[in-house]
Amino acid sequence: MINSSSDSVKKLNSINRRMFITGSLKFFVMIGLVSRLFFLQIKENKKYLTLSDKNRIREWKLAPVRGEFHDYFGKVIAGNFESYQLHIIPEQVEDFRYVIYRIKDLLELSDREFTKILKKKNEIKSWETLIVSDNLTWKKFSKINNHLYDLNGVKPVISISRNYPYNENFTHLIGYVSQANANDVEKTEAIKKNFVPGLKVGKVGLEKSLEEKLIGTNDIERYEVNAYGRRISQLEFQKGEKGKTLKLTVDTKVQQLANELLKDKAGSICVMDIYTGSIIAMHSSPSFDPNLFVFGISQDDWQVIRNDPMKPLVNKTLQGNYSTGSTIKPIVALSALENRIINTNFTVECTGKKEMYGQTYHCWKKKGHGFVSLRNAMKQSCDTYFYEIARRLGVDKLSETAKKFGLGKEVFGDLFSIEKKGLIPNTQWKKNALGKGWLLGETMITGIGQGYIQTTPIQLCLMTAQIANGGYKIYPHIVENENKTQPIDKFTPLYKESKNIEIIQDAMFGSTNEVMGTSYRSRINDPKYQFAGKTGTAQVKKITERDRELDLKTFEIPYEERDHALYIAFGPYKNPRYALSILVEHGGNGSTTAAPMAKKLFKLIIDRHSLRDSTNKKKYLEI
Amino acid sequence: MYQHTRFTNNSFGFFQKFKNFDYILLACILLLGFISLATMYSTDGGKVLFHTKSHFFKLVIFTMMMIVISFINIKFWFVTGYFFYIIVVALLVWTYLFGIKSSGSQRWIDLYFINLQPSELMKIFIILCLAKYFHRMKLENVNSIYTILTSLIIILLPMGLVIVQPDLGTSLLIAISGIAVLWFAGINHKYFIYTMLGFLISLPFIISFLKPYQKLRVLTFLNPDRDPLGAGYQIIQSKIAVGSGGIFGKGFLKGTQSYLEFLPEKHTDFIFTLFSEEFGFVGSALLLIIYAIIIYRIVAIGASSRSYFAKIFCYSFGAAIFVYIAINMSMVLGLLPIVGSPLPIMSYGGSSMLATMIGFGVVMSARVHNQQAIA
Repeated sequence: MINSSSDSVKKLNSINRRMFITGSLKFFVMIGLVSRLFFLQIKENKKYLTLSDKNRIREWKLAPVRGEFHDYFGKVIAGNFESYQLHIIPEQVEDFRYVIYRIKDLLELSDREFTKILKKKNEIKSWETLIVSDNLTWKKFSKINNHLYDLNGVKPVISISRNYPYNENFTHLIGYVSQANANDVEKTEAIKKNFVPGLKVGKVGLEKSLEEKLIGTNDIERYEVNAYGRRISQLEFQKGEKGKTLKLTVDTKVQQLANELLKDKAGSICVMDIYTGSIIAMHSSPSFDPNLFVFGISQDDWQVIRNDPMKPLVNKTLQGNYSTGSTIKPIVALSALENRIINTNFTVECTGKKEMYGQTYHCWKKKGHGFVSLRNAMKQSCDTYFYEIARRLGVDKLSETAKKFGLGKEVFGDLFSIEKKGLIPNTQWKKNALGKGWLLGETMITGIGQGYIQTTPIQLCLMTAQIANGGYKIYPHIVENENKTQPIDKFTPLYKESKNIEIIQDAMFGSTNEVMGTSYRSRINDPKYQFAGKTGTAQVKKITERDRELDLKTFEIPYEERDHALYIAFGPYKNPRYALSILVEHGGNGSTTAAPMAKKLFKLIIDRHSLRDSTNKKKYLEI
Repeated sequence: MYQHTRFTNNSFGFFQKFKNFDYILLACILLLGFISLATMYSTDGGKVLFHTKSHFFKLVIFTMMMIVISFINIKFWFVTGYFFYIIVVALLVWTYLFGIKSSGSQRWIDLYFINLQPSELMKIFIILCLAKYFHRMKLENVNSIYTILTSLIIILLPMGLVIVQPDLGTSLLIAISGIAVLWFAGINHKYFIYTMLGFLISLPFIISFLKPYQKLRVLTFLNPDRDPLGAGYQIIQSKIAVGSGGIFGKGFLKGTQSYLEFLPEKHTDFIFTLFSEEFGFVGSALLLIIYAIIIYRIVAIGASSRSYFAKIFCYSFGAAIFVYIAINMSMVLGLLPIVGSPLPIMSYGGSSMLATMIGFGVVMSARVHNQQAIA
């Protein structure tokens, strides 16, 4: 043997000693590994289990179903309909190019729409849904369905979308919905909470202001997903709640009539219940079809609406600040009576014009009205009389009364963000706003509703309603208030002496129903429909001496320079229930343009009153 | 002729050899094979797909090969120790020159029926080579400069060839196999301590030489949350999988992390993660016990071997296997940075299994021929 035995023994001792050390090390490492396992799997198990669930479970929100708008009689005026859509999940399509070109042919897509779809496809992941078309006609939808054998991976889907069955009738009242943008999401908590791509939200009108009630809550689908986000299996489906269906006080029939009356005109009609403050109709013309906006308006349609000189995008009822013209006269007269400046016997001589403070103040009637009392002045709308009583009254007292009756401030409070305040001037206002002192001449023209004074048509309607109901405060509303909570100062008297209100009502009756009255031609003799009103003609520009000499007929004046025609009225006179205000932009004359509309409106409104009443009673019976 | 006579003198009968088998070791290896097969089945999503089939065939073939090797006299491995080492080094050179490139590294050679990864084989043949080198050495010569330099060259040569592939993980494992032999051969423990200290001191310099992706791995190890979807993704998801397993696991084929493809490399280096997620702490501990028994049997066989060669081989192989397991698990459990190191037998990969099975075969042969003395 080469190895000596002693060396061999030494070697064995060495290796065994080292094996012992190694073995002990192994033991400790093993303990280390087991304790690490113990730490992860038993001590921290909860933490990792949560993380694992977070990994594998993903939620998908579906667009909530929007609440509807019903009119007073339960007619759907903004509803939901089943829209036919076409979805593709690109990864499920074998030959995407072929399929997409086939669809292009079938749907007759324009090149622009087609490139838009291709662009959208590149932006999404291959397993996400590509919405090729979100609102197909039934014809095209069925065409696609017939060709499905040839279109692998294409999914015809029936989805819920907004629909406005009365097209342009309610646009300015309800507004419209359209795809939510970043701004909508940021500003409204409810949208943020329920946001899904493609969610439609209210952009203007009640759709916007009542968003939180209408929006509803998402359906939630919980899926198990893999590391790439692909759905593996559905774990849960949580049904969302449909948005609240809101009942409005409006009457579709009246609204439709208003729309018809203002056809091809720019203007506004509002009708109000003088006791409850319910809006029966509120229309601004011209209007446009809100359905155009639901799936995104086309550039052409948008240009047409935007460039219309009659400004369909402006809600004239709420946003239009107009001079009141003679429709302010009932308030001027009332204010004079209330402040005991005049009594019913007070007369003024009208000669057609009046020289005062170095200015000439004209009455609309060149020849003059002769000696006029309050009742006659209202009836014939004599300007000279009102110059005089306004001069005696002073603008501050006038503005106080006007404000009391609802002029110069928003009628609906915060309900419509677009609503304008109008302007009821007084001396303080002029000093603050213009830095100049008030001139007496300005008081005089305020007395006939010209000058600084501006109101919205809805304010005039409220004013009329409050005169018609005997001078009591009401709060106009559009959405039926289920729990009937009304401000406590509802029905507080706005007058000092109720006799004064009666005088004004009687004067307005004369204006419509007696010979020489400005709206005598629009009267209804049947006491059931008989109404009382006041015309108004608001100048758009200052009338020069030359104009007076020419004395042109309305149709001879350029459209933009024609006067606005106004009319306010309430009826039936014996037992008043409804008030209205009508404004026709550049309509020329209140008595010839606006007042005849009131005749048609009252006919319908009063005919429908019993039906409205019975609907109301039935509601109580059901309770 | 001298050797030849010794060879024949010590040949045993077939049945005698059969009787000498270590059945506990064999049973443990078979059990491990079965567990690995079941886990592979789970990585395939509960279906018999490519990985399961391939793993099954490799398992059957290599287990039979191991039994065949058991019948070969341990002396054969002693005689051929250098030869095989040189063959594998040649294969590594071949790999360097003509190997198959895949995902940025050149580790495989195409043998037509199998893609072989020679670096895996080196893990076992370096032990055989060094064991032979130290077998005849007198203890006083072990610590001579000449011996140390020679053995270092034997280790560094294949290491270098593997590092250029590039495959840092495997080259480290090869080094560990070699160092294990040096340790058992009795090289002065001071050298180990000095090397360790030197390594620690030069660590910052080593890191500066690392490739960007390797640096990233170290940084990620130190703080996995710095890039949870990028470099830290693997380790975070792996910890989530293991941690969510709990005491008894989510159940066979029910591991959501792996089933839903949150685990990368789940059938190779990260197979323990999947196993642990589905079988929990109890299953993992059981798996560790099986490995512990295997290593214990290997050491026990070494202890009962008459020849120094068999002894040093068994001890070193046992230590190496242990280190492989420890490194793999520590990596998966977030205790070490990620280095490519398979879990023996469990991980998918033919070359690794082949090497391990050869190792088991040699150990078994040492058991069967434990009375064999080698001059």
